[in-house]
Amino acid sequence: MSSFLQNFANLDTFVAVLPLLLQGLFITVGLALVALPLALLCGLLIALLFEVGSRPLTAGLFVLIDTFRSIPVLVLLMIIFYALPFLGVVVPAFGAVVAALVINNAGYYGEIFRAGLGSVPRHQHEAGLALGISRPRVLLFIIVPQAVRNVIAPLASNSLELAKATSIASLVTLPEMLRVAQVAQANVYNPTPLVGAALIYFIVLWPFSRLVARYERRTLRARY
Amino acid sequence: MPRLPGETMISIDKLNKWFGDFHVLKDIDLDVAQGQRIVLCGPSGSGKSTLIRCLNGLETFEKGRVNVVGVELTRASATIRQARQQVGMVFQSFNLFPHLSVINNLLIAPRLTGSRNMGEVRDYAMHLLERVRIADQAGKYPSELSGGQQQRVAIARALCMRPRVMLFDEPTSALDPEMIKEVLDVMVDLGRDGMTMIAVTHEMGFARTIADSVVFMDAGRIVETAPPASFFDNPQSERAQRFLKTILH
Repeated sequence: MSSFLQNFANLDTFVAVLPLLLQGLFITVGLALVALPLALLCGLLIALLFEVGSRPLTAGLFVLIDTFRSIPVLVLLMIIFYALPFLGVVVPAFGAVVAALVINNAGYYGEIFRAGLGSVPRHQHEAGLALGISRPRVLLFIIVPQAVRNVIAPLASNSLELAKATSIASLVTLPEMLRVAQVAQANVYNPTPLVGAALIYFIVLWPFSRLVARYERRTLRARY
Repeated sequence: MPRLPGETMISIDKLNKWFGDFHVLKDIDLDVAQGQRIVLCGPSGSGKSTLIRCLNGLETFEKGRVNVVGVELTRASATIRQARQQVGMVFQSFNLFPHLSVINNLLIAPRLTGSRNMGEVRDYAMHLLERVRIADQAGKYPSELSGGQQQRVAIARALCMRPRVMLFDEPTSALDPEMIKEVLDVMVDLGRDGMTMIAVTHEMGFARTIADSVVFMDAGRIVETAPPASFFDNPQSERAQRFLKTILH
């Protein structure tokens, strides 16, 4: 047991690499804070475009979503960061990671939001329309809020996934937290930095999960 | 009898509607004057709900003309919206917005249709909630109310747009028996205040109390139109006689 702790949770090592890890965390949080809202917005936009109900548009969206979701996000990042420059488009590392995460997750969020919109009964649309409210406004102010409540749990777990997927940034040598931990691990011949990074992920992400759970409970009475 | 222009609230002329091959509405003619209270009844599938849904554009129609408070209905969304703002509708299943409190259920339509003076609208909304005797529940969510209370809120919500005509689509059919009266009372009040209304309902007590005429539909046609007393006591058509026998057991 003591050798286990010695190797995996070495306090001295942890204290030594903590400042580095925190620097990495700064980039990780930055990536998540930029990519998450953008991905959510794109996902919602995709789901709303499905609501338009035009056949060719819907077919096009399916192709788009399926493509985005089936390309591994790592490959997506490779293409954006290493292949696009050959076409004359140079994207900085941070922007490339954000783009890869947004493109990949827009598909996932799109499907979640679509399920959410589908879960709101048809007669809610009618009630809004019958009051003389225009269709886009009914959708945006009456249907979307209900839809989001119905799918808050999958939205939250996908968001956690996105936050952790920021670690793909190590591929383009952006020193986010996991990258820093890997480098440190190689230097100290000890996996403690990785365990430390996991701990920090948990400390940062756990309150988020609790907040979502609280929101879910609070909005329970404001549903059917 | 010709009516003075402006007096007619709703005018339906040779209205025909199909669902695919199914001919739901056949040559419907109906004029409703300001302040008139119409009860629409008939067996299920006779087209009565479809008919009133045509009046605010929730259903489209293939042939005929519908004029609602001076607005000639077309398929243009602006036109339909214009008509809808003059016509309130109350649904069988209440259809309150579950994510909004009672008061916000009333305020959302004025807000989203660009009412200028929201302070005034809020006062009016509270006045309406008092009128449907539910002002003390203004801060609650629909799920916390009984069915009868929800339906009364739905009536207030429709009234908050200051409609000229109110449509009721089986407003008491989804209610427990002990809650039917509280909703009918509100509707009777409304009728006594001079609101033009068309109600799809089988509540004969309501029809006798308030209706000017009962319109009986069967298989997509208006079969009989008569004052409530003569319709219920002495129906002319054989189909109406049969129908009344079934709802009286």
